Amino acid sequence: MSQVIVVTSGKGGVGKTTTTANIGVGLAMRGKSVVLIDTDTGLRNLDLLLGLENRIMYDLVDVTEGRVPYKKALVRHKKFETLFLLPTSQVKDKSSINPAQLIVLCNELRKEYDYIIIDCPAGIEQGFQTAIAAADTALVVTMPEISAVRDADKIIGELGRADKDNIKLIVNRIRPQMVEKGDMLDMNDINDILSISCIGQVPDDEMVVTATNKGEPVIVSGSSLAGKAYTNIVGRICGEEIPFMEFPKEGFFARLKRAFGM
Amino acid sequence: MLNILKSLFGGEKQSSRDIARDRLKVVLIHDHANITPEVMEHLREDIIQVISKYMIIDKNDMQVALENDENSVALVANIPVRKMKHFR
Ligand SMILES: Nc1ncnc2c1ncn2[C@@H]1O[C@H](COP(=O)(O)OP(=O)(O)OP(=O)(O)O)[C@@H](O)[C@H]1O
Ligand SMILES: [Mg+2]
Repeated sequence: MSQVIVVTSGKGGVGKTTTTANIGVGLAMRGKSVVLIDTDTGLRNLDLLLGLENRIMYDLVDVTEGRVPYKKALVRHKKFETLFLLPTSQVKDKSSINPAQLIVLCNELRKEYDYIIIDCPAGIEQGFQTAIAAADTALVVTMPEISAVRDADKIIGELGRADKDNIKLIVNRIRPQMVEKGDMLDMNDINDILSISCIGQVPDDEMVVTATNKGEPVIVSGSSLAGKAYTNIVGRICGEEIPFMEFPKEGFFARLKRAFGM
Repeated sequence: MLNILKSLFGGEKQSSRDIARDRLKVVLIHDHANITPEVMEHLREDIIQVISKYMIIDKNDMQVALENDENSVALVANIPVRKMKHFR
């Protein structure tokens, strides 16, 4: 049975596209066939994170408008051959897609691929409603910061109103040192406040930035903390029981140094 | 010893994480409550009905509102009483 997963957040810039790219690559690394759909009309980004920006011929609107069959618009990944991208349109005009069109497309894709992952635009407008329409599961990405958590709560409410009740939370950009000092919410706090079960916590990691620079999601090398966190999320999506990772604690001397302002 | 140190430095301060947690809990109650004026009006009428069994109140001067305290949400009602009803 194939699965349609939407990656959403409410607040912008919390890591939806990064999450989509990493989970997509991670599933493909396990041999699953995956289509990533970028629905952030006018703001094309997912292609860059995957290093596919120079291979795009057609986009999502070309497909939903019936100008080309979807197979023609899919861009195959260079390295992971079971991974495909359906890029978004760079022009935001009246012809942008509606929920019914996306449902039709996803039902087609379900016949051929194991996972269809939809990268959602920020906000709760039409683009959001379209992105969630076809989804079986919603991953809500948030950051340990009050405005991002509040917006996640709003999104969870909207998902409920749209009868989407398979919702999982991803807390991104955790800074363990700050949590330890008592200056940042941790996964359990957010879990408790939102009453939604967590499927992953991802640390704030410079490697995400270097990976993005190179167009190769951080999960590929696997050695970084963020890469491991995404690997765990992929495992959980595949139904495995994986304990949440412990972030390395700040050592005693580092703490002492900080206490004395050194 | 630790306590002495703590009191020296002005007692146990709430961490910013605790503050964030508390503020979020309250703001979400508000976001969820999202009471429409109609619902508030129904609530007001129900309150009047119940209270009128026991006392005569000034309906025009009465106020009912959800109020945001520092760390909680309260339903606050200010209802001027004109006269008590007598029970035997
Ligand atoms: N775990 C992380 N550690 C460090 N940087 C991160 C992490 N996750 C995301 N970022 C950075 O945060 C920025 C925003 O990420 P991203 O584009 O994935 O967010 P988004 O939710 O898709 O944004 P938008 O709402 O604009 O679509 C990027 O520069 C990305 O590299
Ligand atoms: Mg994005």
